[in-house]
Amino acid sequence: MSTYIVVVDDEPDVESMFRQQFRRELKSGRFVMEFALSAPTALERVKAIPDPSLILILSDINMPEMTGLEMLPKVKAERPNIPVIMITAYGDEATRKKVAELGAAGLLPKPIDFSLLRREIDSRLEQAA
Amino acid sequence: MARTSKTGKKTKAKARKAGQAKGGKTTKTKGDATGRRTHSAADQETEVTRLKRELKEALEQQEATAEILRVISASPGELGPIFDVILRKAHDLCGAPFGALLPYDGEFFRLAVQRNLPPAWAEWVRGPLRPGPKHPLSRVVKGEGPLQIADLRELADRDPDAPMPRAGVDLGGIRTLLYVPLRKDDVLFGVITAYRKEVSLFTNQQIALLQTFADQAVIAIENTRLLTELRQRTNDLSKSLNDLRTAQDRLVQTQKLASLGQLTAGIAHEIKNPLNFVNNFSALSAELVDEMTDVFQDPALDEDSRRKELDEIRELLKGNLDKVVQHGKRADSIVKNMLLHSREGSGELRAADINSLVEESLNLAYHGARAEKSGFNITLQRKFDASAGEVELFPQEITRALLNLISNGFYAATKRKAENRDAEFEPILSATTRNLGASIEMRIRDNGTGIPAELKDKIFNPFFTTKPAGEGTGLGLSMTHDIIVKQHGGSIDVVTEPGEFTEFIVTLRRKGLAEQKNPGENK
Repeated sequence: MSTYIVVVDDEPDVESMFRQQFRRELKSGRFVMEFALSAPTALERVKAIPDPSLILILSDINMPEMTGLEMLPKVKAERPNIPVIMITAYGDEATRKKVAELGAAGLLPKPIDFSLLRREIDSRLEQAA
Repeated sequence: MARTSKTGKKTKAKARKAGQAKGGKTTKTKGDATGRRTHSAADQETEVTRLKRELKEALEQQEATAEILRVISASPGELGPIFDVILRKAHDLCGAPFGALLPYDGEFFRLAVQRNLPPAWAEWVRGPLRPGPKHPLSRVVKGEGPLQIADLRELADRDPDAPMPRAGVDLGGIRTLLYVPLRKDDVLFGVITAYRKEVSLFTNQQIALLQTFADQAVIAIENTRLLTELRQRTNDLSKSLNDLRTAQDRLVQTQKLASLGQLTAGIAHEIKNPLNFVNNFSALSAELVDEMTDVFQDPALDEDSRRKELDEIRELLKGNLDKVVQHGKRADSIVKNMLLHSREGSGELRAADINSLVEESLNLAYHGARAEKSGFNITLQRKFDASAGEVELFPQEITRALLNLISNGFYAATKRKAENRDAEFEPILSATTRNLGASIEMRIRDNGTGIPAELKDKIFNPFFTTKPAGEGTGLGLSMTHDIIVKQHGGSIDVVTEPGEFTEFIVTLRRKGLAEQKNPGENK
């Protein structure tokens, strides 16, 4: 059974960027990455992936249609145990607080520090194992 | 002993009362007697002659008055010519061979015009002259009416120390002297003087006539004063109007700069996204090149797998370079867009996708607000009609208008949150588009403080602002209104509930702007 990470961002090239950053991991099958270009699509994906295999959701905040912050409570309602890490250009205190109140597991600033993200994923993988 | 006028007992009594009480050297008269005498039937011929003379005098007076009025109306704001004609007519009609007109400013008399004054005397009266207590003019200053001095020499002889009667006699050769004040409502504007070289009293009729001319001079002075004031006020007003225009231009510029500042912050953020991709894909490519070297040197790989690996890396590298170029171009176009905004004028009229335009404005406003104030937070809701389609418009201007509406919404919603301290309250701004067929509708709604009913009519007025001094120019909504209504022939309405929400509804026609207007004309 595969381990899934869902990435939500309205920028299409995020997928290609992530796939290359985690090329080795993806190749070796440590985890599978799913990409959603909008929050509603992400919600559908999250519902579809069975519980123990989905270990992390990474989501942008500022997106048209539905923002990451609007999506967050919906995800938590659906899958309360899955950690959600928000990614934003604005890592200010108010956002940090709000994100924590809404039940996010963390906040990563943009541009993404991939070594930090890799460590984050590694620790989630260990927890899941 | 006393010298009297020839005009009856009434005047005589008055003159005695006013002037002769002090020694009888001067005679004061009032121009109220008509000089009518009783006459017998035998005096018929004399009577006719007298009537003829009176008629002639009346005619001359009327002509003089008419001429003075003509000069007054022909010389607006100039007293010189008016004084000149008044003095000339007054002297001619009342038999004064020489004299002067001296305006009074509340302190000094100054010679304005004169007739036939001996030069030394003209020099003496030129002024500024403040009459001493013994100067006969001081009585006029104190409020006396027409003042006649029958014999100035007599006065000078009686009081040898007083300079004026002496100078008048010695330098001016004056014997009989008449002062007629220019006075209105107890304010003295000046005096007309009439001199005779011999002792010969002015008749009451002559004095009355002089008084009439003096009154006309007062009217002329008043007119001139009013005219000067009017001119001064007009000058002041046109100056403040100019100042106002300059200030207005500056404010419009400030408003444009403010929205440019907002744009710049938003745009800077927009540039960061493609720049991140450029950086990321470049760094990834460097790693891929390293990986390629590894693949070449890996002895464990057979030729097929090596080729397969290298092909894969080459494809990725090619893709990455495409992405670097693509995001570089994206950053470039954002910068170009920013330059468009900073440029004068309205840019080009073109068909633009309404949803993209609203989305872009939302992003610019949001990132601008975030950049301006790091704690700023608001939930953006987009309710875009997928069929909204394209509209012919000046994209820059409509973006500017939308930015104003959106940032006002941000301000109102944030203000409400700050005011009610309700932790539950969440500021929300929604942008809605709707396809109305031949036109489109855009709604910008915030759940902020709302607009009180009494201010609702004023919000589009230039310079109207509810923001604290220095925070708003009061031009945002007025410029927005101009852009939507005047430039684009659209409409803008506001629906609001104080303490609840404000919604601006903008409608634009899809086409037809090009026929009415030359592109970029409206500036």
